[in-house]
Amino acid sequence: MRMIQPRLAAAGYIGLLLIVLVLLISSPWWAGHSAAQMQFDARLMPPSTSHWLGTDALGRELWSRTLAGLRLSFWVGLSAALLGTLIALTLATLATLSTTLDALVSLLIDTLLSVPHLILLLLLAFALGGGTQAVIIAVALTHWPSLARILRAELFSLRHAPYVAISQALGKSRRFILVHHLLPHLIPQCIVGALLLFPHAILHEAALTFLGVGLDPTQPAIGVLLADAMRYLTGGFWWLGVFPGLGLLLMVLSIDRLAVQLRRAL
Amino acid sequence: MLDAQKITFGFRSQAPLLTQLSLSLERGEWLGLSGDSGAGKSTLGKLLAGLLRPQQGGIYADDKPFPSRGLRPVQWLPQSPELAINPRWRVKKVLCEAWCPSESLMQDFGIQPDWLSRFPSTLSGGELQRVCVLRALAPGVRYLIADEISTMLDPITQVELWQAIKKVADRHQLGVLVISHDAALLARLCTRRLHLQGTLNAVHDARSAINQC
Repeated sequence: MRMIQPRLAAAGYIGLLLIVLVLLISSPWWAGHSAAQMQFDARLMPPSTSHWLGTDALGRELWSRTLAGLRLSFWVGLSAALLGTLIALTLATLATLSTTLDALVSLLIDTLLSVPHLILLLLLAFALGGGTQAVIIAVALTHWPSLARILRAELFSLRHAPYVAISQALGKSRRFILVHHLLPHLIPQCIVGALLLFPHAILHEAALTFLGVGLDPTQPAIGVLLADAMRYLTGGFWWLGVFPGLGLLLMVLSIDRLAVQLRRAL
Repeated sequence: MLDAQKITFGFRSQAPLLTQLSLSLERGEWLGLSGDSGAGKSTLGKLLAGLLRPQQGGIYADDKPFPSRGLRPVQWLPQSPELAINPRWRVKKVLCEAWCPSESLMQDFGIQPDWLSRFPSTLSGGELQRVCVLRALAPGVRYLIADEISTMLDPITQVELWQAIKKVADRHQLGVLVISHDAALLARLCTRRLHLQGTLNAVHDARSAINQC
């Protein structure tokens, strides 16, 4: 029963996330207005039946822009999480090949973990020139060490399992042992690691964009919407910040809960 | 002949467990090894199978050191079959890791056809042990190190397992080192018996002494 509950909860969260994903992807067809369409006769309108979440200073529908922003954040987060996981898995695997490589990878992990990652993230995103790609690469490059440390430890304990020693004695190559005996055991850790990284990456993307070194200001990213909202907050235009922020919070929370449930279930 | 020549081995930061120990196992021979707990029986077994490397001395199978790649002529059978099998593999994949035994051989070892599609967690320790033993009997294997493989089995299963191993060992002239605390089992199976004296905490001199029983 204990095992069934996290699995049911994880399945529920996966279902919920799939529904959100389908809604996000299909939003350009049913949202009514495009994210960039301006209506100068409907600027800074509060939420109403004709403008569900209100409009911004250029008369653009906040509903469409929030959905477009979440869609963009989702892909940026997913790409960064997958890239970060891939880097962690590759380096953890390399560490098992020789003691020198292990020392190098461990040094790299310790060095990166000792630097506040937001500072490193800002510097990297800035050095890479900003934009979607820069954000994805910067987030991936700064967020692999924790997962790599877990995967490395797991690989080291698995490497000493008797069935690995027997497989070697039976004449199996290192590559066979890695692919068939070791890596399949890391799948749960990789899934949970990537899913935990996912919301983190989305938040960093929004933060970087908000600080001006992230996505292009013309893109309807959540960070751009929030940065815009800051300028109008004192004027009482609360909907500009509240709805994109709420959307981001809900998406991040649902992915995070899914990761937590999966960690219990796997 | 499997030949260990003056091997010395100790775990890190500890005094040597085995010192200047020599041992030989002929093809077709059944050699029994008993000893107190902690005397280094299993360690010696792992050294002879090439799973551990001696700090001094050498181990040779038919006058050659172990090949760095490919099937080793000496195979190790551990006490706990659960740890010797990848829990994510089905039994057929486990059994066919190095070679696929024939159906008649599987019958000799009492391996039922329906086990093949099952995961190891659904089989008992005794059933898994049979799978482990048969997996190790790949063509090209000349020596077996059986490290207390029947300790956890009931008497009938023990007899069946040893009979199946003996049949294959006699046919292929395998040299078998049987490590066990069971003096009656060693007396019945082995043509020669050795006793490894001393424990990890005992005096150094006694540690590597092997007395002919």
